Amino acid sequence: MKNKFKLFLSSIAALMILFSSVKADSIRIGTEGAYPPWNAKDESGKLIGFEVELANWLCIYMKADCTLVEQDWDGMIPGLIMRKYDAIMAGMSITDERMKTINFSQGYADEVASLAVMKGSSLEGMDTPKAINLSTGGGAAKKALKTLTAALAGKTIGVQTATIHQNFLESGDVGSVKIRTYKTQDEVNLDLAAGRIDAALAAAVAFTDYAEKSGKPVVLVGPTFSGGAFGNGVGVGIRKDDAALLKKFNAAINQARKNGKISELAIKWFGFDASM
Amino acid sequence: MDLDFAIEHLPRLLKAAKLTIELTLLSLFFGIFVGVFFAILRTGNSKVLYYISYYYSYIFRGTPLLVQIFIIYFGLAQLEWIRESFLWVFLKEPYSCAILAFTLNTGAYSSEIFRSAFETINKGIIEAAEGLGLSKLNTFFKIKLPIAIRQSLPAYGNEMILMLKGTSLASTVTLLDLTGVAKHIISTTFRPVEVFIVAGSIYLLMTFVIHNVIKLLEKKYNYT
Repeated sequence: MKNKFKLFLSSIAALMILFSSVKADSIRIGTEGAYPPWNAKDESGKLIGFEVELANWLCIYMKADCTLVEQDWDGMIPGLIMRKYDAIMAGMSITDERMKTINFSQGYADEVASLAVMKGSSLEGMDTPKAINLSTGGGAAKKALKTLTAALAGKTIGVQTATIHQNFLESGDVGSVKIRTYKTQDEVNLDLAAGRIDAALAAAVAFTDYAEKSGKPVVLVGPTFSGGAFGNGVGVGIRKDDAALLKKFNAAINQARKNGKISELAIKWFGFDASM
Repeated sequence: MDLDFAIEHLPRLLKAAKLTIELTLLSLFFGIFVGVFFAILRTGNSKVLYYISYYYSYIFRGTPLLVQIFIIYFGLAQLEWIRESFLWVFLKEPYSCAILAFTLNTGAYSSEIFRSAFETINKGIIEAAEGLGLSKLNTFFKIKLPIAIRQSLPAYGNEMILMLKGTSLASTVTLLDLTGVAKHIISTTFRPVEVFIVAGSIYLLMTFVIHNVIKLLEKKYNYT
């Protein structure tokens, strides 16, 4: 009996060693697979998108053996901390709030946010500049926010949970709007199209992509947002204690920018050059 | 486990628990009527009504609650004629969609519980009631229903607990119930362990209450 127990223990130990023998150059990258065109899934369930292709390129450059791990958005950062994967590439903007918990590589792409409504909405034709930067915009940005506050009073706005877009709405910069949070951007789009929410806030490309694929009359309104609560571009999220990996990613992103790979992929997936 | 952190977020979670309790009680309240109604159809003489009840319970017990709530919330909203009908006033709101889904779900399970309770009533008792000259209505309300309620108490208590936990799916249709707020806190603090332990404890406390209420009722209505 005792021998059997020992055998049992040692086989468990052997299995544990077998599974934990992670090669030094293997990297697991977490992504959502539900935020087109950044990262999404095709009909067969394969991950596709700007970040999926960029990740592949970076991994080849880093000579790393990469696996993409799917993770729901609301558990993205906890999943990184709990070592389900070693890096996040999920359209995640670099913000001060997130920097308290994790590190970011340098930004690889710029994400501008925008409000979207259904065609015919009373919010169309707001008198605001084309784009505002909350960090550097100064008076013009303040004036635009005032216009928005007046226009959005009493409106219900949908956002994906745990995003910069939710943070922005909760910051009170556009007054006290009614916020509805969704697990995925798909669900935000569905409820926008169904008329349950008056407007939605997300990456501008998320709406243009949806409008194009669904044929629904979703239009962007108001200015595009950047800076402030919207962070400073999208980067690779990495655990604070993982300085070596951070360095590797930074070098690889540098290279990808220099040789035009990021621009090329951005034009392919976004229709314009969002590299930074 | 950081106790201070957990205590700091406790008030917000308790406030969210109010919505959870509300959803549970309302769904169970409507669900009882739906359940009794379909249980009567099942035990009656009409074949058509029998099958209507049979398939209702079959469909709602045979599909996940998450799928039901998604079909009602996201699915129905895709149909233009629903959005243009008077139903939209009701179906537009996540709150009423959640109540509807939970009611139909618990109604299906309750109908099975009540049906089996009706079926176990001793024939002799019914015959005795008839012998005493009680009308059909009186037999039902004064004899059958009280016995059926007593018979179904243990199973129904179980269903209440399942419904309580089922309401956590309300968070998938944007409602900020206990689970919804727990997830919200986690998404800004990135600390799932503390938050889920506190949220779980609140659920446990609510289950404890239901469990004991049922136990008390069982004692009170112990006819044997």
